Amino acid sequence: MNIAATSSFVLNRRHLLGIEGLSRDEIVGLLDLAEEFVELNRQIEKKRTSLRGRTQINLFFESSTRTQSSFELAGKRLGADVMNMAVSSSAMKKGETLIDTAMTLNAMHPDILVVRHHASGAVELLAQKVDGSVINAGDGAHEHPTQALLDALTIRRNKGRIEGLIVAICGDVLHSRVARSNIILLNALGARVRVVGPSTLLPPHIERLGVEVTRDMREALHDADIVMMLRLQRERMNGSFVPSTQEYFAYFGLDQKKLAYAKPDALVMHPGPMNRGVEIASSVADGAQSLIREQVEMGVAVRMAVLEALSRNLPNA
Amino acid sequence: MLSDRRPILLANARIIDPSRDLDFPGDLLIADGVIRDTKRGIGAAGVPEGTEVIDCKGRIVAPGLVDMRAFVGEPGAEYRDTLASASQAAAAGGVTTIICQPDTSPAIDDPAIVDFIMRRARDTAIVHVQPMAALTKGLEGKEMTEIGLLKAAGAVAFTDGTRSVTNAQVMRRTMTYGRDFDALIVHHTEDPDLIGEGVMNEGELATRLGLHGIPTAAEAVMLERDMRLVALTGCRYHAASLTCRESLEILRRAKDAGLPVSAAASINHLTLNEIDIGPYRTFFKLTPPLRGEDDRKALVEAVASGLIDIVMSDHNPQDVETKRLPFAEAAPGAIGLETMLVAGLRLVHGGHLSLIQLIAAMSTKPAELLGLPGGNLRNGAPGDVIVIDPDTSWILDPAELKSKCKNTPFDEARLEGRVIRTIVAGRTAYEYASA
Repeated sequence: MNIAATSSFVLNRRHLLGIEGLSRDEIVGLLDLAEEFVELNRQIEKKRTSLRGRTQINLFFESSTRTQSSFELAGKRLGADVMNMAVSSSAMKKGETLIDTAMTLNAMHPDILVVRHHASGAVELLAQKVDGSVINAGDGAHEHPTQALLDALTIRRNKGRIEGLIVAICGDVLHSRVARSNIILLNALGARVRVVGPSTLLPPHIERLGVEVTRDMREALHDADIVMMLRLQRERMNGSFVPSTQEYFAYFGLDQKKLAYAKPDALVMHPGPMNRGVEIASSVADGAQSLIREQVEMGVAVRMAVLEALSRNLPNA
Repeated sequence: MLSDRRPILLANARIIDPSRDLDFPGDLLIADGVIRDTKRGIGAAGVPEGTEVIDCKGRIVAPGLVDMRAFVGEPGAEYRDTLASASQAAAAGGVTTIICQPDTSPAIDDPAIVDFIMRRARDTAIVHVQPMAALTKGLEGKEMTEIGLLKAAGAVAFTDGTRSVTNAQVMRRTMTYGRDFDALIVHHTEDPDLIGEGVMNEGELATRLGLHGIPTAAEAVMLERDMRLVALTGCRYHAASLTCRESLEILRRAKDAGLPVSAAASINHLTLNEIDIGPYRTFFKLTPPLRGEDDRKALVEAVASGLIDIVMSDHNPQDVETKRLPFAEAAPGAIGLETMLVAGLRLVHGGHLSLIQLIAAMSTKPAELLGLPGGNLRNGAPGDVIVIDPDTSWILDPAELKSKCKNTPFDEARLEGRVIRTIVAGRTAYEYASA
């Protein structure tokens, strides 16, 4: 079976730096386009040619396995030449600055740069200095737009909608770009968003982003349709933000007992990589309500949609 | 020098001297490097032969500014600013005395380096330069410097620049010892542990930008501790740069209790707020950080009421290598010598401060606090005088700035008012070309 492209959605902007600033129509346009790629990716013949001749460079200043391979696969399936650069191991160690690296790569005329950086705002800074399209693959604790899009796609496919759903985002919201992008996107599509975690891991004034804030998992999960867990970084576990992994799991780790506070058909998500036994019990992560593996599948489709929609707006497209 | 040391008559001026609470139309005569007379109608007839007569056309004549906090890169970081380049910037901004900070390389923690700065300034700078010396050796917060010898060499006050002395015992002993020499201790009040990874004001904006915040409590905690140590030791103390309402309440209580304390606010914190950071603009990354609008307003009111004694530039040159970086990695600081007065005029035009209050906070009060002879227009005072056109409107072009670095938060801002002439010790050090 051959799946023909039907959506002609174009992302009418040069870069995708965040969910902030995207209209509801743009978000829905990307999700609809991604649906087509979900079907395509389930075929034996997964190749498209829409990015043929284009060069995509994955520029990762911070190491990543799944996001980088997801973008790589997405680009290749659309026919682009994809190059991976892990900068943390090369130029930056020799003292080259972010801007220098950007200018050097720019001279190679990439059409699309997929960038991850450990500092908030770094991707935006880099985008100001290059000619091609820049996709933010995560900048500091700021945004991770493709993660929020793939989460939204996963939710929409399983629940049929996003509007009106209760979504609980749980854990280390303070350091999480995934949480910020998701809060903005879910609010834009009319979900009711709650965040929960110990106060040391909730950013000040997070309620101004339009979320309900609680420190109690029972309250957060009550009647929830979606339970979205966040990763707790190892260096934050032992005394700096929470006293121990045991205590964290006791109060904020998602096990069957806490999941029972949510709706019976509630679904569980996690952006990965998971710390089993810290923020999530294995029985939940691998259980019937878990969407975690589906999120990975949706990741490739969403990234194909973003690449496709941005490239349709590139010169000579 | 643009002109020789002929006497100068500034005629038809609006003369402002906060030291005597004077604001009147008149003339001002400078001869032999000092102010000879200020009164109505001295006129060209009443001046010595050879006097340069300048018609001020009703513009403002005021004492030159004394900038209480300017970071200059000499010695050790001359690419930031030398004493010469900073003095050029100062003259263009109406600053006739720069109080330079000791966080140089090497730090100004030895009388020989105080001597170096003063000689170097004498030979290369076109305005007066007075150094503050380090409060602790190497600015490390561990051992007090030679307060007596440094003061004798010419240090006007003692500070560790943008570093706070976290060890309360070191601070107490240094204050106790400093009191014996009537030293003025100037302290940056920010608890580094509470700053942590913070890079901007803590609040909604930092949360949205995904940046770590610095709570106002980081400042209040340190200021409160210091007030108690001042009460314990009786040392003269000056808070280098306050930014928030909480600090103002602490300061008010200390002043009401009669403690020998004073405080400054930077022109940046009086005219800008955290929203100016917008999409990670690093020129607005400062230490302490820009706060919210409520804090900014409270700070302006405190200058008007006199609770905040001094307004300073916080001149801190940083080049593209330290600014063109992701926000969290960029160096804090903004240049300000050249723009402090015109930025301050925004507050005057907006009706928040009177002109005499602004000049008092930028000139008269810092001179008094530091025991310097300038900051007033009395007969016999140094001939450090500026002429200001308060109304001319212009757009700041960073390329025209005289500082070696162009990290100004007023980049391409519309400004109202400018310095027309700066006279230092009776000589014209700066004259606006198309005046």
